Amino acid sequence: MDMSQQTLTPEKAVTQQVPTSAKVVARDVNVYYGEKHALKDVSINIPDKSVTAFIGPSGCGKSTFLRCINRMNDTIPSCRVKGTITIDAQDIYDPALDVVQLRARVGMVFQKPNPFPKSIYENVAYGPRIHGMSRSKADLDQIVESSLRKASLWEEVKNRLQESGTALSGGQQQRLCIARAIAVSPDIILMDEPCSALDPIATAKIEELIDELSQNFCIIIVTHSMQQAARVSKRTAFFHLGLLLEEGETNEMFTNPTNEKTQAYITGRFG
Amino acid sequence: MTDIAGADAPVLRLDMTSDAAKRRIRKRYAAEARFKAYGLAALAVTTLFVGALVFDIIRNGIPAFTQHSLTMDVAVPDDLVPTATRSDPLAIRGADYFPVTRDALKAAIPGIESRRGERTLVRLLSTGAPDVLRDRLVADPSLIGKTVKVPLLLSDDADLYFKASSTSIVKRGGIGTATPSGTTGEITILTSSNDFAAEVVTIKQAAKAKADALAIEAARLTTFGGQSVAQRVTEINAEIAELKARFDSPKIEEILDAKLPSKLVEINGGLVKLTKITDVSVTGEVLLPLASAADAKPGDWKVVTYTTAESNRKVSDQEVAFLERFREKGMVDRHFNTLFFTSGDSREPELAGIRGALIGSLLTLFVTLVLCLPIGVLAAVYLEEFATKNRITDLIEVNINNLAAVPSIVFGLLGLAVFLNFFNFPRSAPLVGGLVLALLVLPTIIIASRAALKAVPPSIKEAALGVGASHQQAVFHHVLPLAMPGIMTGTIIGMAHALGETAPLLMIGMVAFIVDVPTALTDAATVLPVQIYLWSDLPEVAFKLKTAGAIMVHLSQKEV
Repeated sequence: MDMSQQTLTPEKAVTQQVPTSAKVVARDVNVYYGEKHALKDVSINIPDKSVTAFIGPSGCGKSTFLRCINRMNDTIPSCRVKGTITIDAQDIYDPALDVVQLRARVGMVFQKPNPFPKSIYENVAYGPRIHGMSRSKADLDQIVESSLRKASLWEEVKNRLQESGTALSGGQQQRLCIARAIAVSPDIILMDEPCSALDPIATAKIEELIDELSQNFCIIIVTHSMQQAARVSKRTAFFHLGLLLEEGETNEMFTNPTNEKTQAYITGRFG
Repeated sequence: MTDIAGADAPVLRLDMTSDAAKRRIRKRYAAEARFKAYGLAALAVTTLFVGALVFDIIRNGIPAFTQHSLTMDVAVPDDLVPTATRSDPLAIRGADYFPVTRDALKAAIPGIESRRGERTLVRLLSTGAPDVLRDRLVADPSLIGKTVKVPLLLSDDADLYFKASSTSIVKRGGIGTATPSGTTGEITILTSSNDFAAEVVTIKQAAKAKADALAIEAARLTTFGGQSVAQRVTEINAEIAELKARFDSPKIEEILDAKLPSKLVEINGGLVKLTKITDVSVTGEVLLPLASAADAKPGDWKVVTYTTAESNRKVSDQEVAFLERFREKGMVDRHFNTLFFTSGDSREPELAGIRGALIGSLLTLFVTLVLCLPIGVLAAVYLEEFATKNRITDLIEVNINNLAAVPSIVFGLLGLAVFLNFFNFPRSAPLVGGLVLALLVLPTIIIASRAALKAVPPSIKEAALGVGASHQQAVFHHVLPLAMPGIMTGTIIGMAHALGETAPLLMIGMVAFIVDVPTALTDAATVLPVQIYLWSDLPEVAFKLKTAGAIMVHLSQKEV
């Protein structure tokens, strides 16, 4: 974890980092959308049980990289991924690996709250049900309750679990999506600008929630808000034009960035 | 006024106060008002046409839902069915009911002796009239040998006469004392006053007008000359002379033919149709027998006029006389036409119903729905969600879109060639009809379903994938249910299309005259639109009403 500041060569990184607490290790990841080279030689180690923020201007590749971690990019036909990404030392692009199981281990929360147009209960219970996590209705009830509690939504919705998830407010919907993601007890939660569609109060709640969740999960968050990155994340990675320019402890990076582009971005001179 | 414009660029401000600006605003308002007016006008015209159509259909169709019967006391002879076989419904069914109803009719209007009169009387009843009696006896054999009160169905012409009388009837009392020469056959009636002067004058005036017209024609022809013309002129002059003889002497009797309004005399409980007429005596044929040949006092007898000439209506004077007599006796009974909904097609309009076509339609649509809903939806799901986009899927897509535009008769030909000739499926069967209509409807359902699937926000699928659902689970658990309303709309439009389709069914023989109500998918059947097409083609006026009635049922079925 004391590595970084600059991207390291793969050999060095693997030998140095994998045995330590890094949860996700990416080496020389290149992503192409048809002819477009969207992500260039990204290598990064992401620690477990902490929050890592990806920042950078629009179109810099941070969301693309995030979607590589649960192979969501597979759904885009023109998208090709090269390089290796491992979770717990297991290559997730291994053809033998079941992508559905991978996605169950790597939950995702999207930019716009997207609850299923079903009841609140069903929204949370869907994941556990398809993965056969519960033997009985009571089990399922228990999973739903604990997930909603972890997402600090339980108190607000416990009396109306059968109401439609889309009837909630934007912030509640997003917390419902988080509850839905943690219901299948993933190791990693990916958040793609989870607060960009929310007002400051809802944002504050979500950030508080992220902070709590980071005790149990590896959280990777893409954000446009420097303040948010500074507030919630332990480590930060700065992307620019498909390159990972800088990565390190958030405190250090915000106070003393080594790359001048990082400095320019953080201080708001471009982006 | 940004720095891009440069320092010496003209200052462009939004102009809102000048006359040009006000004109622009007025023009915009006028354009909006015009557009609104066009819209309203279009709406009004459409409403008018639809309203006229619906009004016409309902006006024509409503009478099809009622029917007239003669409620009569029918004496069932004891020997109609032998006592030994009365327990057997088949024996009761097999009995000959025609003489029974004939005798009942003759009893209702006694004294009709001529064979022609008798035949006319019997033909007022539908050929299906005895069915009610038969069913009654089958249900209760103990009625045999007793007198039963049953409604006997009238024939289509008689029924139509009561629905929309083809002539109006005018009566006026006689002034003189009338003396009939007999009670049946051809009789002469003398009156003590000139009761028929008005009629005679009218006829003679008509003759005079005709003579005048002929005179003009003759004058015109003579200017040409030539042999054939001369001959024609001679003929015309002869005709004029004949007419002149008639209108010059008031005492010459006039002949009433079928082209003139019918004149009748109601006297001594009978009715006489006049054939020859002078102002004080008339000769005529007895339509309803007179009770006696006694003198009738002034006011006790009446001159009756059927204002529509006999040649201009379907029912003869004799039939009108019978029907009016039945009406006076209160035997005519109007009731809801249950036969229309419970029987199949028939050559007799009063017996024809839509049940066969209705059941045929339902069976056909059942086959169509069972085939094309799953196939169509699954094809759409596969093409939209799973198929890789390449040249083959592009080709399939283009072909599906093209199929939607293929004329329906072509599908009929395909059905004929493939299902009937190759697979040897039965002709006229709802099974084949359903198969053909399924082919016809599939493109509609696939296109509509694909559009509905495309309209589901991708975020829902991503959310499902995000919690670890497989692609198939995401589609079937989340995308498909959300697309269902759109898919259902497409399916309903497709089924409504199929329900109204006629052309392809003609090709596979569903256009045949089928009396039986189908009970299985392989029975010969027809469908409602084809039935409407068949009926609209028939010459009987009653079928015109049936057509409109069937259209009403068809439309209401489509609404559902």
